[in-house]
Amino acid sequence: MILSEYSQLRELIMSGRRIAVVGASASPLRASNFVYKYLRAFGLEAYGVNPAAPDIDGVPCYPTLAAYVAAQGPPDIVDVFRKPADCPQVSRDAIAAGAKAIWFQYGVISKEAIQIADDAGLLVVFDRCLKVEHARINGGLSIAGMNSGRITARRS
Amino acid sequence: MASDRTFGFRTRALHAGTPPDKTTGARALPIHMTSSFVFESAEKAADLYALRTYGDIYTRISNPTVAAFEEKIASLEGGLGAIATASGQAAQIVAFLTLAQNGDHFVAAADLYGGTITQLTVTLKRLGIETTFVPHGDPAAMRAAVKPNTRAMYIETIGNPGGRVGDLRAVADAAHDAGVPLIVDNTFASPYLCRPIEHGADIVLHSGTKFIGGHGTVIAGAMIESGKFPWGSGRHPLLSTPSPGYHGLMFSETFGEYAYLMRARAEVLRDVGACISPMNAWLLVQGLETLAVRMDAHVKNGQRIAEFLASHPGVSWVKYAGLPDNPSHALARRYLPLGAGSILTFAPRGGRAAAVAFIEALQLWSHLANVGDAKSLVIHPMSTTHQQLTEEEAAAGGITPDMIRLSIGLEDADDLIWDLEQGFAAIKRHAGAAAR
Repeated sequence: MILSEYSQLRELIMSGRRIAVVGASASPLRASNFVYKYLRAFGLEAYGVNPAAPDIDGVPCYPTLAAYVAAQGPPDIVDVFRKPADCPQVSRDAIAAGAKAIWFQYGVISKEAIQIADDAGLLVVFDRCLKVEHARINGGLSIAGMNSGRITARRS
Repeated sequence: MASDRTFGFRTRALHAGTPPDKTTGARALPIHMTSSFVFESAEKAADLYALRTYGDIYTRISNPTVAAFEEKIASLEGGLGAIATASGQAAQIVAFLTLAQNGDHFVAAADLYGGTITQLTVTLKRLGIETTFVPHGDPAAMRAAVKPNTRAMYIETIGNPGGRVGDLRAVADAAHDAGVPLIVDNTFASPYLCRPIEHGADIVLHSGTKFIGGHGTVIAGAMIESGKFPWGSGRHPLLSTPSPGYHGLMFSETFGEYAYLMRARAEVLRDVGACISPMNAWLLVQGLETLAVRMDAHVKNGQRIAEFLASHPGVSWVKYAGLPDNPSHALARRYLPLGAGSILTFAPRGGRAAAVAFIEALQLWSHLANVGDAKSLVIHPMSTTHQQLTEEEAAAGGITPDMIRLSIGLEDADDLIWDLEQGFAAIKRHAGAAAR
């Protein structure tokens, strides 16, 4: 199922603790590194999947999703920072890994990859940033003067 | 998006950015009068400084009370986010310096607010940033003025003081065809009367001092960005090449649609230092809560006063886009369907001397340099706000020696009209005395 409503993303983010960041870079200048470190800073069980990085700041990083699963078990969310052409294979790997959801970051748009994951029953999010949507829900965007869209008179 | 429902303007004016306080449950927005924020740990401090996590460090860069105002104004303008500043002029220079450096260029309408023109022609020119001014903000002429080093176009929704309504969609299309963003000063309309982002603008500026604060209490500014412009296109190297101000960070790559706002806050606001006080941000939040009801009352009085002046024998001309014979009337109907604002200019018969006699005879209208107060205001632009312009600049801005600018407030319209008649009576006395 392709998720786009706020309530759907909120449910996914609130329930997803185990996150495999495919394409997480060890370079602190890359967006994938920012998102990876943000997720870990929130205490989420985020690990990188990147054959070029044996570790990120001393935390193990796995060469493949299969290696991730062998060490950490099935992920809740596979967060994808890869070029669109590589994504159909990432979808197949995510299905094999037993992931509940696959999240394609900004600009990572592959219709084929979305179709593969959707057909296999995974929850699919695309062209959104996991860090931004997480921050929208937990108040980080509001702290930065961004328009979170949250309208409520309830105490959180 | 953060709800499956799309809430209306008035609801967002009251609730966006200001949910009940997480810690105390306070229903009104708390005023966080603090310069700095204690770190949870050395590691968290490092993450904050590197922009890896969200949080407050120092009020020059961000503050919870200020952020509440920023989110509210961003929501009302339909933007991705906002940055509040010490003044409207500060919002403007933060917007400019996020896009441009020595050797760069802007294209702007020639009839902008006088303070904007001097910021461009004096201060930015000294920094090596040039501006081409285009008469009446004509969309085709603005497009023709674009050069390879042009970083943005700049117009106003409602011109100050001439009241010309900018053709937002046409200029936005011209800007986007040329690969540059459109900056719009929306101060005179407020987000209640016009939301430029809906018509293609990329960056919206406000003097919060005016209708947003609404009570003449506070100097403040705001910059809102749409999040829709492709900052990574290469047209804005300050956003797409490694920043020496952030250990080689490339804002467009790391922050995507947030690149402009992140650089504006983390580098430009940080370095320029033109931050807003939390107390002032709180006053702006109080103002925004009632913006819709105040603007409805402002435009009702504005239209009434404009029609009174247009039919008065002592008046030589009135410029107000809400009048059917105004050259901007068609654009006002398109972009300002709820009303053409409550600021107008007019000239009494008798030239500069008559204008001065008129202003000095008024009892209810405050003679001062501001607009958008709940109280009615009056000024003679040629001898005050636009005094620093050259004659050519003043003429290009439509400023004439006989021009009076009114900012129509929320008093009883009959009382305001009674007072204006006192002004016309004073002109007659003045003319009579001069004849003798």
